[in-house]
Amino acid sequence: MAEFFHRKVERNAIGFVLLIIAAASVGGIVEIAPLFTIDETVETVPDMRVYTPLELAGRNIYIREGCYACHSQMIRTLADEVDRYGPYSLAVESQYDRPMQWGSKRTGPDLARIGGKYSDVWHAMHMNNPRDVVPESNMPAYPWLARTQVDASSLSAHLTAQQALGVPYTDEMVADATRDTLGQATPDSDNAYAMAERYGEDTQISAFDGVTTSVTELDALIAYLQVLGQLTDAAYIDTAAPELPSDPAAAGAAVDQAEE
Amino acid sequence: MVAGLTRAERQSCLFLLTLVGLGALLVAVPGRWDPIGVHGLLVILLCAATAAYILPRLDLPEPVEDRSLSYYDDPIKAGIALTMIWAIFGMFVGVWVAAQLAWPALNFDMAWSSFGRLRPAHTTGVIFGFGGNALIATSFHVVQRTSRARLAGHVSPWFVIFGYNLFCIMAVTGYGMGITQSKEYAEPEWYADIWLVIVWVTYFVLFLRTLARRKEPHIYVANWYYLAFIVVVAILHIVNNLALPVSLAGAKSYTIWPGVQDAMVQWWYGHNAVAFFLTAGFLAMMYYYLPKRANRPIFSYRLSILSFWGITFFYMWAGSHHLHYTALPHWVQTLGMTFSVMLLVPSWASAGNALMTLRGAWHKVRDDATLRFMVVAAIFYGLSTFEGSFMAVRAVNSLSHYTDWTVGHVHAGALGWVALITFGSIYTLVPALWKRERMYSNGLIEVHFWLALTGTLIYVFAMWNSGIIQGLMWRTYTESDTLAYSFVDTLVAMYPYYIARTIGGLLFLIGAIVGSYNIWMTVRRGIPVQEKLGEGELAPAGAVPSPAE
Repeated sequence: MAEFFHRKVERNAIGFVLLIIAAASVGGIVEIAPLFTIDETVETVPDMRVYTPLELAGRNIYIREGCYACHSQMIRTLADEVDRYGPYSLAVESQYDRPMQWGSKRTGPDLARIGGKYSDVWHAMHMNNPRDVVPESNMPAYPWLARTQVDASSLSAHLTAQQALGVPYTDEMVADATRDTLGQATPDSDNAYAMAERYGEDTQISAFDGVTTSVTELDALIAYLQVLGQLTDAAYIDTAAPELPSDPAAAGAAVDQAEE
Repeated sequence: MVAGLTRAERQSCLFLLTLVGLGALLVAVPGRWDPIGVHGLLVILLCAATAAYILPRLDLPEPVEDRSLSYYDDPIKAGIALTMIWAIFGMFVGVWVAAQLAWPALNFDMAWSSFGRLRPAHTTGVIFGFGGNALIATSFHVVQRTSRARLAGHVSPWFVIFGYNLFCIMAVTGYGMGITQSKEYAEPEWYADIWLVIVWVTYFVLFLRTLARRKEPHIYVANWYYLAFIVVVAILHIVNNLALPVSLAGAKSYTIWPGVQDAMVQWWYGHNAVAFFLTAGFLAMMYYYLPKRANRPIFSYRLSILSFWGITFFYMWAGSHHLHYTALPHWVQTLGMTFSVMLLVPSWASAGNALMTLRGAWHKVRDDATLRFMVVAAIFYGLSTFEGSFMAVRAVNSLSHYTDWTVGHVHAGALGWVALITFGSIYTLVPALWKRERMYSNGLIEVHFWLALTGTLIYVFAMWNSGIIQGLMWRTYTESDTLAYSFVDTLVAMYPYYIARTIGGLLFLIGAIVGSYNIWMTVRRGIPVQEKLGEGELAPAGAVPSPAE
C-alpha cells in the first residue's frame, strides 16, 4: 500500500520537493522556535553587561583568526570541567555573542573563563610567541597583532549594527565608541573615566600590551580575553552542583567535595 | 566548450559576465579600503578573463546537429576536472594543517597561513570544493541518464558550475585575508552567501526543468537524493547565514542569531550539512554508479524508500547532539540524542541496500578496484553512521566531545565514505564521458585504492587513540581528588598521534594525485570506444537502471 502510494509520489517532481520540505522542516521548527519563546532558555540576570568597543574589536580579531578551531568557550556541566575551568557556562553569558564561539574542539584549553586568570603581560608574551611561556604549546604565534593598529573610528558602525540586532547599546555608547576605545587602553585619562561610567566600574582599563601611546590589535584581543567569563557574576552566585558526573570516580570526587 | 553553444548562447554568456562584473564593480569601488574590495576586483578580473576567452570565439561555427537527441556532457567534464583540482588543493591544505599541529613552526609566522585561517580553507576545499563539484557534476550526469533527457539549458549549467566555484574561491581566499564569520562550515561572509543563493536557485531550477523533460514516468531513486540535497542545503544555508552587514562597503557582518539560539541554528546547519551535503548527495552517487558498475539492479526498492524518508525526516532533529552538557536546554539535547540513535535504521538500510546489491557479484569486487572503492565506501558509511549514533549518546559524548575522536569520526566519513564513493563514481564516469574503452591504467586505480584505504585507516586509528586518551586524561583524578593532568600534559600526549595523522593524510593525498594523473591520461591517451551506440546519445527505453521490483 505504502509502496503504491510512493509510486505515485515519485511521478511528480514538484510534489516530491514539497514532501521533502515538509519532512525536513519539522525537526528544526520543533527544536529552534521554542528557544525564542521559553523564558527559561536564557537566564535573566541584572548585572550582565555588553562588550566595550575595544572588547568587541578584540572579539572580531578572535573571529578573524578562527580561534574557534582549537578553543571552546563552553564549560560543560561535568565535574572535571568545572574543576578545571570554573563554574559551567550559562546561556546568559553568551547572550550578546554574534556569532557564538562555543566551539567544537579543544586542541587548546577552554577559554570561557580565561578572563583574569593570567596577567596582561602574560597574554602579550603568549600571543607574541606561545612557546616563550608554554614550551610544549603548538599554538601559532601572532606577532603582527602588536604591530597593527585598531581602526577605532570604525567601531561606532559596529555598535550600530549590534544595536539594530537588539544588543542594548545606548545611543551614547554608539556615539562615543571611538573615545571609549582609546579610553579603555589609556589608564587614568578622561576618556577612561568616561568609558567606565558607561560600561561599569568593573571594566578593566589597562595598557594591555604595555604601550599606552597606541591602540593595537593586541590591546583589543587581550581586553577581550580578559573579559571572558567576567560579563556577569551569575555563574558564581547561583551554580548548582554539576548536573551529571562524567564517571563513577568523578562522581565520588564530586560527592566528597560537597561533603567537605 | 564554446563550440557546443549557439551564437545567441555565447552572447548570453557575455551578457551574464558583464552583469556579474558590474555587480562586482558596485562592491569593489565603495569597498576599496576593505578586503571586500579585493574580492570585487578578483571577480571583475575572472569575468574579464572568461569574456576574453569567449569573445574571439563568438563567430565560430554553430553546432549543426540536433542537440535534443544527445546528452549535454561538456559542463560535466569541466566539473570533473574542477573536482580533482579541489581534491588536491583541499587535501594538501589538510596535510599542511595536520603537520602544523605537530610542528607549529610550519606556518612560518605568516598571518594567512596560521592554523585558524588555513583550517577552514581545508574544510571548505574538501567539502565544498571537492565534494560540491563532484555532486554537481555527477548530478548533471545522473539526471540526464536516468531521465533520458538532455539538460534543460546550455548557459545555466555553466553558470552553476563556474558560479559555484567562484563561491569556493571567494571563501578560500577570504580566509587568508581574515574574512570569516567563524561559524563552523559556514565561514564565508554575507556577500559570498548571497552569491551562493543565486547560484543554488539556478541549480535547483535547472534540475527540476531537466526532470520535467524526462521520458521515464518515475523519478529514479538517485534523483530523490539529489533533490533532497539541493532543496535542504538551500534552506540550511539561508537560515544559518542570516546576518546584518556592518556596511555594504565592508565584508564584516553580525549574525542575527545570538548565543544559545545561534548554537542551535549553527549545529542544526552543521549536522545537516553532513546529512544533506555529505550523505544524501553521495548516496545519490551510490544509487546510480554502484549498480551500474556491478551491473546489478538495486537490491530493494522498499529499503530505498525507507532509508530516503528516514534520513530526510530524522537527520534534521539530530544537530543538538553537538551540544550535550552545554547551556542548551536539556530537552533539546535529549531530542537530538534520541533521533541520532534512530538514524541508525535508515542509515543501515542504505548501507545494507548497497551491499546486498552485490549479492552474486562479489567476485567483481575482488577484480575491479573501481567497484571496490564503492563497496568499501558503503562499508565505511555503515561503520561511521554507527559510530555517529554511538557518539551522540550523552554518556559517550561526555568523553568524545572536544577531542580528536570527533575529528577521527568525521574523517572516517569524509575519507572512507565521501571520498571513496566519489573516486569510484569518477572512475566509472570518466571513460563513459570521454568515450574511452576503460581508464588509462587499472594498476593505478589499484595503487590509489590501497593508498586511500591505508591512509584512512592510519588517520582514523590515530585519532581514536588520541581522542580517547585525551578525553580520559582530562577526567582523571588523583587519590586526593584533584585533577591528575594539566591541559598541557594532555597536549604533549597527543604529539605522536598528530604525526601519525599527518602521514595518513599524506598517503590519501598521494592517492588523489595518482587518481588525477590517471584521469588526465585517460582523457589524453585513452583508447577510444569503437563506434557503436554512443554513451552520449539518449538511451532507448529500458536502458535506465531501475529499482528492483
